Amino acid sequence: MTSTNPTLNPVGGADAPPAGPRAARRSSSRAAEARRKWYEIIGLTTPAIVVYVMFVLVPMGFAVYYSLFRWRGVGPPTEFVGLDNYVLAFQDPIFLDALRNNAIIVVGSLVIQGPIALGVALLLNRRFRGRTGFRLLVFVPYVLAEVTVGIMWKLLLTGGGTVDALLRSLGLGGLVQAWLADLDVVIWTLLFVLTWKYVGFAIILLLAGLSNVPPELTEAAAIDGATWWQTQRHVTLPLLGPTIRIWMFLSMIGSLQVFDVIWVTSVPAVRSLGASATMATYMVDNGFFARLWGYGNAVAVILFVISFVAALLFQRFLLRRDIEGAITGRAN
Amino acid sequence: MAVHPVPSPSSSGRPIAWSTPLTYVLALAVAAVSIAPVVYVIVGGFRTTPQIIADPAGLPDPWVWDNYARVLTQSDFWQQAFNSAVIALGTTLGVVVLGVCAAFVLARYTFRGREGLYTFFTLGLLFPAGAAILPLYLMLRDLNLINSYYAVILPQVAFQLPLTIVILRPFLSAVPRELEDAAAIDGAGRLGFLWRILLPLSRPALVTVGVLAFVASWNAFLLPLLVLGDAELHTLPLGVQNFSSQYTSDTAGILAFTSLAMLPALLFFTFAEKQIVGGLQGAVKG
Repeated sequence: MTSTNPTLNPVGGADAPPAGPRAARRSSSRAAEARRKWYEIIGLTTPAIVVYVMFVLVPMGFAVYYSLFRWRGVGPPTEFVGLDNYVLAFQDPIFLDALRNNAIIVVGSLVIQGPIALGVALLLNRRFRGRTGFRLLVFVPYVLAEVTVGIMWKLLLTGGGTVDALLRSLGLGGLVQAWLADLDVVIWTLLFVLTWKYVGFAIILLLAGLSNVPPELTEAAAIDGATWWQTQRHVTLPLLGPTIRIWMFLSMIGSLQVFDVIWVTSVPAVRSLGASATMATYMVDNGFFARLWGYGNAVAVILFVISFVAALLFQRFLLRRDIEGAITGRAN
Repeated sequence: MAVHPVPSPSSSGRPIAWSTPLTYVLALAVAAVSIAPVVYVIVGGFRTTPQIIADPAGLPDPWVWDNYARVLTQSDFWQQAFNSAVIALGTTLGVVVLGVCAAFVLARYTFRGREGLYTFFTLGLLFPAGAAILPLYLMLRDLNLINSYYAVILPQVAFQLPLTIVILRPFLSAVPRELEDAAAIDGAGRLGFLWRILLPLSRPALVTVGVLAFVASWNAFLLPLLVLGDAELHTLPLGVQNFSSQYTSDTAGILAFTSLAMLPALLFFTFAEKQIVGGLQGAVKG
């Protein structure tokens, strides 16, 4: 990465001009200054723009192109099939399972993580000795690599493994399942693992939101005789709205693309039957490993369109909510 | 931690005297759920596989160091840790340098199309990065970059740029205009101002974006999985995954390898917790 140069070089050069302008005619120095400014703007932004366009935007364009071909990835794509790959995807029951699983994960993450995170964040927002330490521990799962988490839970959840032994010792042996092998159970097991991994992220965001709530407001409520619970319910929670919506947005986009934890935790055989597949694992299984590149790229485009439309709808929904809030706020 | 002798308001309130013990009980329960599996994995690495099979939830008896010693001496652990470090450092450097340059222009220059350019970058936050992985692989293949560090570093820099710019821009524009004028009077150009005044002032923000980029890169799995086929180049997440699928019957070995692989992340997090949390909070407020 030698790109430090654009910053370093002009520093020396920048020292020169202030001595010059005095002598130079005003108009030409102003033109030179304007030109210099544009050189700087272009020189400083170009590397970022090039890398960003090349590795984020261009590939997605190629995906649309490749998705129109039947192509095994060798040589240039030649067998144009139009929208056949898209039709095939929506006719494949495994892909429809993957879609359903993504829907379960999107909704499940919001419904389960939201209340848990809110409760924990309110708890850890109270003042008590050792609070910092507790916060640190609660964030641990979020910082661990997805792969680590996946392998960890895979070992814990194997048949006759630790989770089973623990349940039996608690007299809950009846609850024991083939957590990762039962086709009807596996998606819920994975949802549990995802919840364990990502609820810390929601807690971090909510604690940030809580730290923005002015203490004067809660103190005023306390002086007016409100209990802790009433204060949270009527003062703190309403102020958390924007933070909660941002978390919902990030959680939704993450759930639609989820790959690592699913890939590592679930057994390939179960995944290939659709029970634990998501759009992303389906895409990688078919496109990369089965070398159906045209088909895989079609799935990529579907995944992209679904995520992007969801993002735009959410933004629109967000915006409307906030505008309404502003209006009612003013009316009061 | 509250070291000051001033009693905290919530504990001094009379009607909720019962609530402090309850707070601790709940906090302990939450903390236990968060770290019990992690502790289990680390402790499990000190047992033997027969011990684990006989009693999955038991403690080591006796404690054996063999698994950890085996991973540290025999496997490719060190090579993978080295690869992870090179890729994560390269990514961090690239993100910070490119991000600072772009955010500086977006924060302190007035020109036509500035807001458009900013929106263009923030669009990347909406972009589902995972969706583009297949065409990205094809492009890297055509560029002959597969099986090189660059195949991971360059895309990671690109995907990390939007968040970096979103976090850095407000920091860089918050520095008062007067400082820039003063610097100009002292003979520093805009770039001299960036290098000598702006960057030292925004060091906390730089650390934050650097830490976020480093952790994201250190934990990355999907991109390395596709573009680093060569085992010599494997990063730790790929190593852990391979080890666990190759030696399925060596449960104790897998536990030890997994523990050692997550140790750097845990240590790093303990030291950089403020920056990580601060960065995420900054992103939310932005």
